[in-house]
Amino acid sequence: MSRLNQIELALAGLMLAAAPWIINAAPYESTMGLVQKIFYFHMPSAWLFLIAAIIAGVASAIFLFGKKKNADGWALAAAELAVLFGVITLVTGPLWARKAWGIWWVWDARLTSSLILWMIFVAYLLLRRYGGPGSDKLGAGMALFGLANVPFIFVSVNVWRTLHPQTSVVPTLPVQMGGPLWYCVFALLLLFLALLSMRARLERQRVRIEDLYLAEDEA
Amino acid sequence: MRFCRALCVAALLLSAPVAYAAQPKPSVDEFVPMEEVPASEQIPAINLVAAAYGFVWVVVVGYVWSLGRRLQKAESEIADLERRAAR
Repeated sequence: MSRLNQIELALAGLMLAAAPWIINAAPYESTMGLVQKIFYFHMPSAWLFLIAAIIAGVASAIFLFGKKKNADGWALAAAELAVLFGVITLVTGPLWARKAWGIWWVWDARLTSSLILWMIFVAYLLLRRYGGPGSDKLGAGMALFGLANVPFIFVSVNVWRTLHPQTSVVPTLPVQMGGPLWYCVFALLLLFLALLSMRARLERQRVRIEDLYLAEDEA
Repeated sequence: MRFCRALCVAALLLSAPVAYAAQPKPSVDEFVPMEEVPASEQIPAINLVAAAYGFVWVVVVGYVWSLGRRLQKAESEIADLERRAAR
């Protein structure tokens, strides 16, 4: 773990530990009350879930069409983070929905397509782990499917009728709610960048290990 | 004949509660307004908020620990292989 990663992780950890006090200072939403505070973790996690899917898809495209081996490591790192932030989104969302909507889950366009995206990246990781030779190219194809799903997820709440709030909510937030939200976005983004860099480094080390074993066999 | 008629009327009267009981119950995954959810099924908001915050911490700490362990293992394997190659 590099020095920069340690600093990033420590800072993100401190910011997340202090987050409940900052979120507590934000005013209550008039209809949902206390449970709306889940929003401050749910929404940044959902953004990072989609950002991770975009990074994985773009890096996979560079790997497939640009023949850049290094890009595959970044795709794998981003795919793992898509699963991580995806599970946070898919668990915190129903915890909020149970109180706000009266149900844990509804099979609408936003929730269903988010679950499908998460399952695409779970399948990607399983393929990379157990797929054997050639799984890197097959996985890259899967990540492109994941990337194609991202704009659909983003616009789904504006196009189809759903219980989920629309994308226009964030720009219209009052400053007292926007401040804590951007604080949480920054803390989780810092964590995301540290984890992405560490995971990509692990992949470079694995390539180095393979090269060393090959060199040993040849000697 | 009168007996048959009485039997038919009795059967009709008895079938009404049976048919009512056989009606499909509303699905549990359908939308139920908060005011209609029984008090016994309502979860305090603080429990849900605490569960969400706790879940974020458990998942993040678990992943950082797992990633740190994998990095450490890879670094020690590289050091071991480089030592062997240097001999």
